[in-house]
Amino acid sequence: MGSVSAPEEMALGFGGLVGDLTEVYESGRTRDLEWRLSQLRGLVRLLEEKEEDIFDVLREDLGKHRGESFRDEVGVLKKSVVDKLQNLKNWAAPEKATQAHTPLVAFPATALVVPEPLGVVLIFSCWNLPLGLALEPLSGALAAGNAVVVKPSELAPSTSAFLAANLPKYLDAKAVKVVEGGAEVGEKLMEHRWDKVLFTGSSRVGSLIMTKAAKHLTPVALELGSKCPCIVDWLDSNRDSQSTLKRFFTKPEYMARILNEKHFKRLSDLLADKRVAASVVHGGHFNPKTLSVEPTLLLNPPLDSDIMTEEIFGPLLPIITVKKIEDSIRFLKSKPKPLAIYAFTRNEKLKSRIIEETSSGSVTFNDAIVQYGLDSIPFGGVGHSGFGQYHGKYSFDMFSHKKAVLKRSFLIEFMFRYPPWDDSKIGMLRRVYRFDYISLFFALIGLRR
Amino acid sequence: MEAVTVAAEAREQLRASFSSGRTRPAAWRAAQLRGLLRMAAEMEAEICAALRADLAKPRTESYVHEISLVTSSCKFALKNLEKWMKPEKLRLSLMAFLKHLLAVDPVIGAIAAGNAVVLKPSEIAPATSTLLADLLPRYVDSSCIKVVEGGIPETTALLEQKWDKIFYTGNSKVGRIVMSFAAKHLTPVVLELGGKCPVVVDSNVDLHVTAKRIAAGKWGCNNGQACISPDYIITTKSFAPKMLDSLRKVLDKFYGKDPLRSADLSRIVNSNHFNRLKALMDEEMVSDKIVFGGQSDEQQLKIAPTLLLDAPLDSAIMKEEIFGPLLPIITVDKIHESFALINSMTKPLAAYLFSKDSKLKHLFERNVSAGGMIFNDTGIHLTNQHLPFGGVGESGMGAYHGTFSFDSFAHRKAVLDRSFLGEAKARYPPYTLGKLKILKGVLKGNPLAMVQAALGCTGGA
Repeated sequence: MGSVSAPEEMALGFGGLVGDLTEVYESGRTRDLEWRLSQLRGLVRLLEEKEEDIFDVLREDLGKHRGESFRDEVGVLKKSVVDKLQNLKNWAAPEKATQAHTPLVAFPATALVVPEPLGVVLIFSCWNLPLGLALEPLSGALAAGNAVVVKPSELAPSTSAFLAANLPKYLDAKAVKVVEGGAEVGEKLMEHRWDKVLFTGSSRVGSLIMTKAAKHLTPVALELGSKCPCIVDWLDSNRDSQSTLKRFFTKPEYMARILNEKHFKRLSDLLADKRVAASVVHGGHFNPKTLSVEPTLLLNPPLDSDIMTEEIFGPLLPIITVKKIEDSIRFLKSKPKPLAIYAFTRNEKLKSRIIEETSSGSVTFNDAIVQYGLDSIPFGGVGHSGFGQYHGKYSFDMFSHKKAVLKRSFLIEFMFRYPPWDDSKIGMLRRVYRFDYISLFFALIGLRR
Repeated sequence: MEAVTVAAEAREQLRASFSSGRTRPAAWRAAQLRGLLRMAAEMEAEICAALRADLAKPRTESYVHEISLVTSSCKFALKNLEKWMKPEKLRLSLMAFLKHLLAVDPVIGAIAAGNAVVLKPSEIAPATSTLLADLLPRYVDSSCIKVVEGGIPETTALLEQKWDKIFYTGNSKVGRIVMSFAAKHLTPVVLELGGKCPVVVDSNVDLHVTAKRIAAGKWGCNNGQACISPDYIITTKSFAPKMLDSLRKVLDKFYGKDPLRSADLSRIVNSNHFNRLKALMDEEMVSDKIVFGGQSDEQQLKIAPTLLLDAPLDSAIMKEEIFGPLLPIITVDKIHESFALINSMTKPLAAYLFSKDSKLKHLFERNVSAGGMIFNDTGIHLTNQHLPFGGVGESGMGAYHGTFSFDSFAHRKAVLDRSFLGEAKARYPPYTLGKLKILKGVLKGNPLAMVQAALGCTGGA
């Protein structure tokens, strides 16, 4: 069984689970390139054969339209896993480090950087992209040759159940386990020593996870999100944002609904502040029955209001106006570092100022969210938005250890490496570190001191 | 001033300097690196004197392990700075924490990546700490690079501040504390810890060369007080006597008949560590395993190179990191058994294998996990700027040296610049089956779908 019934293992504190996975990892089977490829192929098959089921669970959890589900989850994932299948052999091969800078004392030598799996790793996913945020890192961890536990978000229960039921069917159920459950399950899991933990979620929980990981010196990667600003310098006359919204969301089913009542209430509370409510210029309707919130635009809500200090994570979009667009940079620098900055502008100077002067996980000009779908650039935060990057090769690197390997022969030995020390040995060593081999030669044959 | 105030002020000043953008230009970074280079060149005598005061470290060792490493790291960073900076890599401000001596190495990476830095040298080497506090402000921009000296209260006060990165070199107990402080502020950490670094010696080796290289890595580098020092040897029962004999000869040649008097051997850093090492030797089940050395001089804090044969695996000397001049030799029947023995312990910072058997080497590379690995030598991977240096598991996380130092202190920011052209309507709601088809085609790389997407087709209802 790849999935574990939570109550049973909970009682045992997951000791058995971790022990089993460690044993499988130590047997060496997850290291084989062929095993890794077969797991990636399993993921592709899962995405192809279960596409309809995936659309269903995403609709149940988030009311997501299949178009959005395909664009942001199934489609992107499949592309990314196929990319890993094609490149894995290169990624996993030892990389030769340049020899030029190994000093003569260590000559001759071959220097390699060998990527090796970390061991048994744990992935916490998040509910907003419940499939992608579980499977993209999983594909990286498997490509790198690890045994993996996935803990899907309990806030997207249908997707969680789907993963628990299907991952064992398509992957090596002995090496990949799904553990379902809420915060208490997560906490129990963190009692154990993992070789890496990736957590996607809030900074509050991220901090707890890292504190627990510190006890075991477990390295962590935290994907935390935050308030991602979007600078708009300029808009086409025919692309006025209000009419754009109307054009997109003509029928309610085109938009994902709010996850649950708690989040629905959180969002409506953001508008409870009178000063904020007064700033609504478009939308603002909430339907508690269907948990849907209309796309809502706010113009200049007060900067000290909750909507401007907390991450919104919902369809409300405040617009803050500044006198000069350059002022936006000062505004951004006063806030914690976000996961992404978006800017719509044709002003090249503004672009380079944004890149140079602000800090964020990523910067995207003239578009939004698309950076998530690219395999060639890293995805991950900085400062308050977390640390550790993945996607594409970066997912492989996230779950690999780069082992330095230096190979020497017994042949060439230089006496000046060894004590007892005297001034002439120091002199020769100086020449070695200056790469001054000619004068070293004279010193060695006794013509120079 | 109180430790907390010092820490908070240091951080505020650095934050202000960093926000002003002063650390970002390549020229600033290069100027600091040149400052460090000048410091290493002009102050060589002072640095060697401080190391002699802290550790009685021989001048040659100081030159090889400290000065030349800093110099070559600086030169390497200067040479590559432009290249590293090219594809927009971003900078954080940070604090670097150094336990060991002149390991200014991480600071070089931090500067190259354009950070403001607080350096907290180890209080265990007070002369070196004072020297750094005195010298650094004279050679680098002191508004952006500060040295804070002190012990546990000062360290704690620093850790309570919010940093953008923390780099710590030391032991795993303190490593855990550093990481849990960092967790409060979500600060990423690099931990360079130690571990018991094994040396496996096969019976087909060039014995004399092997013994010399092990001895140089063990006693020729801080008298065993380095995180990559060989911690114990594993060899076969039949080969052990030859190995012992050869090590004895080499040690006699290196340090003479009375090693406690040799000027070429560093002393133990302080009396705490001296007593710790004595206790390791004096443990009941261990004391009769000493086959060479064992002499010590409490006054001078010196301990002679000491070899032990088959100390029990449950003794303290085989469970804790030794970090000193004691070297246990553990024997096995077949050399392959060494793998299981190594893997039964926590992952070390380095693992060494001496062998001519390429099959054994391959198996070792594949089955032994360690921060780094050397075949037929010890310690020298440190000198290669192209190799990452760092631990895994209990030996730490994150790597540095050369390019890796730069990366360790830089944030790789993803930048995507799109034009306003090339709008694919299929991306946007209202979603239709036709749009879904086009999207599927695009993600698969189907040329027809790409043309459709580029033309803004919606694929019908």
